[in-house]
Amino acid sequence: MPLYLTDEQQMLRDTARDFVAEQAPVSHMRSLRDANDATGFSRELWKQFAELGLTGILIPEAENGLGLGHVEAGVVLEEIGRNLSPSPFLTTAVAAVEALKGSPHAARWFPGILAGETVAALAIDERAKHDGKIGMQATRSGSGFRLTGSKQFVAHGHVADLLLVAAATEHGTTLFAVPADSKGLTAHPQRLADASLAARLTFDGVELDADAVVGEVDQAPLARLLAAGRTGASAELLGVGGGAMDMTIAYLKERKQFGQVIGSFQALQHRAAHLYSEMEVARAAVLKAQQLLDSGDDRAADAVSVAKAMTGLATTLAVQEGIQMHGGIGMTDEYDIGFYMKRGRVLAELFGDANFHADALARAAGY
Amino acid sequence: MPDTDLETFRAETRAWLEENCPPTMRTPMRSEKDATWGGRNPVFAHPDQKLWLDRMAGRGWTVPDWPSAYGGGGLSAAETKILREEMARLKCRNPLNSFGISMLGPALLKYGTEEQKLEHIPKIARGEIRWCQGYSEPNAGSDLAGLKASAEDAGDHYIVNGQKVWTSYADQADWIFCLVRTDKASKQGGISFVLFDMASEGVSTRPILLISGNSPFCETFFDNVKVPKANRVHDENKGWDVAKYLLGHEREMISGMGLASRGADPLIEAARRGVDPILRAQIALFEVRSKAFSAMSERFIDELKAGRAHPAQPSMMKYYGTELNKSRHELLMAAGGSDALEWESEASNHGAAPRAWLRTKANSIEGGTSEIQLNIIAKRILDLPS
Repeated sequence: MPLYLTDEQQMLRDTARDFVAEQAPVSHMRSLRDANDATGFSRELWKQFAELGLTGILIPEAENGLGLGHVEAGVVLEEIGRNLSPSPFLTTAVAAVEALKGSPHAARWFPGILAGETVAALAIDERAKHDGKIGMQATRSGSGFRLTGSKQFVAHGHVADLLLVAAATEHGTTLFAVPADSKGLTAHPQRLADASLAARLTFDGVELDADAVVGEVDQAPLARLLAAGRTGASAELLGVGGGAMDMTIAYLKERKQFGQVIGSFQALQHRAAHLYSEMEVARAAVLKAQQLLDSGDDRAADAVSVAKAMTGLATTLAVQEGIQMHGGIGMTDEYDIGFYMKRGRVLAELFGDANFHADALARAAGY
Repeated sequence: MPDTDLETFRAETRAWLEENCPPTMRTPMRSEKDATWGGRNPVFAHPDQKLWLDRMAGRGWTVPDWPSAYGGGGLSAAETKILREEMARLKCRNPLNSFGISMLGPALLKYGTEEQKLEHIPKIARGEIRWCQGYSEPNAGSDLAGLKASAEDAGDHYIVNGQKVWTSYADQADWIFCLVRTDKASKQGGISFVLFDMASEGVSTRPILLISGNSPFCETFFDNVKVPKANRVHDENKGWDVAKYLLGHEREMISGMGLASRGADPLIEAARRGVDPILRAQIALFEVRSKAFSAMSERFIDELKAGRAHPAQPSMMKYYGTELNKSRHELLMAAGGSDALEWESEASNHGAAPRAWLRTKANSIEGGTSEIQLNIIAKRILDLPS
């Protein structure tokens, strides 16, 4: 399979690009922030995603979805990233759908996701750094389980209808589908640096039936969920970095000092060209991971780590150069480039940063 | 071609390679001496190199995607990719290293006359003629179009005079493709692209000793060398078009230098033997970029074959690939410690590691410096003003 978008995928990209830029440009995110919006995204926009079929992008056609893959999901996520559009698309339509696909939970939750009514959140992290360690306990209770502990960095966790919760069971990790109205579950929304909302969750003896288990007990489909989440986050990062780079290069062609546009200075040209190179390499890494995931290739795990690490590194460079090359105006809240830096920081941290994934690659390679 | 046919092609290719690639040619090269270059007086460190070259050339697979009419394999882009994947899977060595393949051939296929193609391309494909590149001059490096070596019109031939420098392996090459000035009044518009035999009267070469202790580059002198006009590629004073086209291919080749099938990766092996945690982290972060760049190389080749690549994208590939390769050898030296400093010992394979490390420093100079590539990206891709 060639490593570029097919004609169909390019058409989807054009559709997504027009739709997101029109309905949820950066000004949309800014107005939600200025209104101190408590939801964290526009439910109306989520409905519009559903009307286009996009919330069912990974849901099989037999279950009324589009039956597409991670390449296509990434095409949409890149536009979300480019416009900094607040959306539960990544957690719901990508990671949660991937985790629930093929399980009895699909029948319960997919119709709401397809309708743009249901939002899902992922409760994985328990410490400030994503480290893959699950300490929260799920103990046997009658025929079901009882959850006790806490989670953090749960994007949309305070408004989600469904929480996918990873917890330690006797011989491993188990994934639970937990309805948001479960007794003993409390969500404390936290405003993050990028104005998005992520919850700290406490589970105070939350009782669950045995059928809340996703997959098998002790064998959480966490790798599948995280691979989808990380690949999706990489695609969104590509959009954030690409958006910051495009905005910066446009500024270099417009801003004049010493009687000429600053983009004519070689000191800036070389940095811009270096940034372009890093972003191109990151784009290739993301597409490679998406294609390998879609074909079920066993090299996908490494490729996903490469994509997440590389987009983290490249986008961090893009937003830093973005502010520096904009100069003073880049430091103002009025100008959008700062939003890119904040969003990039959050996404770089989500599901493991570049250091985490470089370490994972090293371990996989035996050092 | 339908996917099922491609899968058949893959199975047949795999079987043929397993049958025909000698086991010795599936081991990593120990040094540059193990590379096969062909030519009129070929040097083989191991007889299997010749066997492997002849078998691959017999199918046109030294140049799998060139037309079979000129000795190529006539394979489609998809088939070529499968062949490369299967060669990588078996860790097959490159059967033939050749500037004819990586540089001159593509330019001849695009700009050469039918006679020129029939004369030169089959010999390139079979490794019978070894080519060198006469581009840089003492006062024309990054500003290549400032070159002065002249070709004076003498009826049916030119008289070439001047000097070239950094002519890789000129002392071992059979023929040269060379940029010469045919009009002093116009800079880029006064250059022509000519081919001639290095055995011609008036050609002399002198190897240059480099910091690696090796002499892969030469100074090359032309003293009234007679070159038939039939050996000019493309129109007179249009040589710069050919030169730029060829440089794109050269940059692709150099960008891939650190990525050739290496078998066991010495950097990963060193890391496995145990390095300090700071170096381990540096290697791990390097590997992120290295693996991402492998994906970029695949993407670039796929886009190139489909005509979707930006024409200046080879500059990005060259810049990124060479900087990465330099980093890789810095890490190898750090991991190797004092073992990697030995310059002559048997154990160090005559200083293979430090010599390779020093050699990589030329990667970001030859074929256009990193700074020139960044200029090209800024102007042609990002459209930043002069």
